[in-house]
Amino acid sequence: MRIPCPFCGLRDAQEFSYLGDATRARPEANAPDTARAMFEYVYLRDNPAGPHHEYWQHVSGCRAWLILTRDTRTHEILKAAFASQRHESAP
Amino acid sequence: MRYSLFSLIANAATGHKYWPEAWRDAAPRDQYDVVIVGGGGHGLATAYYLTAIHGIRNVAVIEKSWIGSGNVGRNTTIIRSNYLLDGNIPLYELSLKLWENLEQELNFNVMVSQRGVLNLCHSDTQRDAYARRGNAMRLHGVDAELLDRDRVRKLAPFLDYENARFPIQGGLLQRRGGTVRHDAVAWGYARAASAHGVDIVQNCEATGFRIEAGQVVGVETTRGSIGARKIALATAGATSRVAALAGLRLPIESHVLQAFVSEGVKPLIPGVITFGAGHFYISQSDKGGLVFGGDIDGYNSYAQRGNLPAVEDVCEGGMALMPMIGRVRLLRSWGGVMDMSMDGSPIIDATPVEGLYLNAGWCYGGFKAIPGSGYCYAHLIATGEPHPAAAKLRLDRFATGDVLDEKGVGAQPNLH
Repeated sequence: MRIPCPFCGLRDAQEFSYLGDATRARPEANAPDTARAMFEYVYLRDNPAGPHHEYWQHVSGCRAWLILTRDTRTHEILKAAFASQRHESAP
Repeated sequence: MRYSLFSLIANAATGHKYWPEAWRDAAPRDQYDVVIVGGGGHGLATAYYLTAIHGIRNVAVIEKSWIGSGNVGRNTTIIRSNYLLDGNIPLYELSLKLWENLEQELNFNVMVSQRGVLNLCHSDTQRDAYARRGNAMRLHGVDAELLDRDRVRKLAPFLDYENARFPIQGGLLQRRGGTVRHDAVAWGYARAASAHGVDIVQNCEATGFRIEAGQVVGVETTRGSIGARKIALATAGATSRVAALAGLRLPIESHVLQAFVSEGVKPLIPGVITFGAGHFYISQSDKGGLVFGGDIDGYNSYAQRGNLPAVEDVCEGGMALMPMIGRVRLLRSWGGVMDMSMDGSPIIDATPVEGLYLNAGWCYGGFKAIPGSGYCYAHLIATGEPHPAAAKLRLDRFATGDVLDEKGVGAQPNLH
């Protein structure tokens, strides 16, 4: 598997480390239902068979955090973008 | 038909033309007491124990492909019960005890071979951790022996004892551990369950659940609608997808794990040996092939095949441990989709949907657990109460904080 890093270009997946599901958002600490929301944030996953938004870091390259859209059935990478430039409406 | 020396002689005399089918390939009926989704090791074992122990006769196992096409045939065939935590040891030990008598129970040769599982340690700290693990096992009545370097050398003289970076300091040995012929486990349980009247329905994929007022009443499949007020999931890597059909979101990610087998060589490796400084485990099949594996690839996957960095990592581990295998050629490799739970331990529990049960989260340790898991799952389905050996494997442990994290890495499945 090779990952198209937006800064470095197409690089071997070995240069990257994986964090996982990028669709989760850390809940507010003082929201009324924090315990429940934290449980869902920490433990529950959609785990889709198909396009999956996920964090990778180019640790042996530019060290940027990326969000990839990757098909978990084929390992095909559909999209790669800097995590820092995530649009508000993105997943 | 009961397999015996006489049945073998009688069939040999008639040219092996009259062996009956081992199990019945059934068509689905409209209604069952229990429908098990997933015809792998866990599903078939559950069906068998439901009928054999709890006397529930009206049971179906539905499988989207052919039985044994999933992880029961995609592992490194190792059985053991060398766990650390109180919540895990009883289940795996129950499972190992069932393995020890499984051939007599099923009247099927699954080739259980208790050739020993040796975990090597390479530092003082790791030896301390193994001593602790061995003590935890012995407190539960499980066999464990802490070996020093000389005793390891007697058992396995071919290891690299001169490795400067990861010197072999000793090991934790479980003599009752070993290997099993994995395909035969699926066939043996299928045959025994079928003999008790279980309908095994292949090419029948679950596509939805019928739920009325919070109670499951049936499952929609590619072969029509099947009614049942108890439906039990045993779908391993596909668990999140199947559970989502019932509106459940689970603490599970699916990851791919690769395994490898070499060309056949003469008897070389006496038992199962694991490398403590990396993640590498190896044994030799009765056919002579070296069977080995390592870590999961490390990213979500449903592909049933992995990538080359994991292959390289596994081979590096093998070469660091026993350089002699560098001359052996790789014959095959395969990938299985693992249901990685958030704490690395499994779940055998009821779900918030009445009548829908969950058996999942086995990570890459599901094979050894097949008999114990089936036994406990059948107990849960039949009685509504968890079996004592699986009482800690609850679905709600993530919300309550009572997690079973053997490795202590937290909710990061690619690190388990």
